[in-house]
Amino acid sequence: MTTGAKEEWPLWEVFIRSKAGLDHKHCGSLHATDAKMAIQMARDVYTRRQEGSSIWVVPSSQIVANDPGDKDMYFDPAEDKVYRHPTFYELPPAVDHM
Amino acid sequence: MYTQAMDTMGKEASDDGKKKVVQSADDMRLQERFDVHIDAGEFIEAKDWMPDHYRKTLVRQISQHAHSEIVGMLPEGNWISRAPTLKRKAILLAKVQDEGGHGLYLYAAAETLGTSRDQMFDALHTGKAKYSSIFNYPTLTWADMGTIGWLVDGAAIMNQVPICRCSYAPYARAMIRICREESFHQRQGYESLLTMMKNGTDAQKEMVQDAVNRWWWPSIMMFGPPDDQSPNSAQSMRWGIKRISNDELRQKFIDATVEQARILGVTLPDPKLKWNEEREAHDFGPIDWSEFWRVIAGDGPCNRERLATRVKAWEDGAWVREAALAHARKEHVKEAA
Repeated sequence: MTTGAKEEWPLWEVFIRSKAGLDHKHCGSLHATDAKMAIQMARDVYTRRQEGSSIWVVPSSQIVANDPGDKDMYFDPAEDKVYRHPTFYELPPAVDHM
Repeated sequence: MYTQAMDTMGKEASDDGKKKVVQSADDMRLQERFDVHIDAGEFIEAKDWMPDHYRKTLVRQISQHAHSEIVGMLPEGNWISRAPTLKRKAILLAKVQDEGGHGLYLYAAAETLGTSRDQMFDALHTGKAKYSSIFNYPTLTWADMGTIGWLVDGAAIMNQVPICRCSYAPYARAMIRICREESFHQRQGYESLLTMMKNGTDAQKEMVQDAVNRWWWPSIMMFGPPDDQSPNSAQSMRWGIKRISNDELRQKFIDATVEQARILGVTLPDPKLKWNEEREAHDFGPIDWSEFWRVIAGDGPCNRERLATRVKAWEDGAWVREAALAHARKEHVKEAA
């Protein structure tokens, strides 16, 4: 066994647009040596049943995310701002389809 | 495909549960929050805090599930070059490719918990990690392909559907994808058997019955040991990793399969199998759990062969993996220059 070269291929995140008009959506990850291989493998791994019409791949190490520990502090302030939603405003029935 | 209830295999699981005695105040607060999330039926994501034991249990279960998909390619791959028609060959190829894909979804889900692909492969190749016992049985005839689709994948689906609601979200998402693809596996198997039972020669019909006879008991063992012998089940249920008990799933599978067998025209090899009006379920004969434990422990008909084949494939591919990486680096340097 070539135990010396136990080096993993880099990890990539895969985003698929299922059809024109829709967003690319994260669908999983895979290992590949470069971007071209990542795209080819994403096709085989994630679109065997015509699930996609476009693929994006991004090295996982390049994804920047917020700290999940700060989740509450970060997102709770939006909780009490109900006036940002249309349903907050009561209108007479005649114009309520507005 | 599926790996049976993996709580049967992790002896250390219960041990490290006991080891954990001292908890810091911080940990206790995090643990409380975690419990509240679980109780509310909420999902846990990769970067969320989780107890060590929860993480370990998931790494074990997901990686063993992944190994099962990968090893599961071997008994069927065996028949690709011998499929009776081009149509059946294309179907079998697609199915085996799916199993490979399922393995990859699952390895990726396990990696979100902090283990690496190499660590998992290493555990499989050195025999440290288990995979589903069902793949340690030989595939002797073409009818085994149909029977595996019908019974083995059928049992797998029954087992896997509840995991789509697993509390660990990356696992649940992988399972949703897998379940969506898996129903073709069961249907193609049943249809292949149906073709032989309807249009086949007597010898072909006997071949189907023989395959069913050999796969029936190993299939119902796939749900894992009876509930009273699954010591870690309760913890997995508590954590929302497991949703329905082994015995309940097994019963559901048997009840669904009896009618399918009747329509197919085969007999399930259990003389005690009969409808129980009172229970509104089928009674069935005793399962030989000594066989199950023997196969899990490594002494099934094909354990050594399967592992050796898998290790050989990995080692034979080493130069390709190394060359691809070297090539990518060279290109990278060229681009930078």
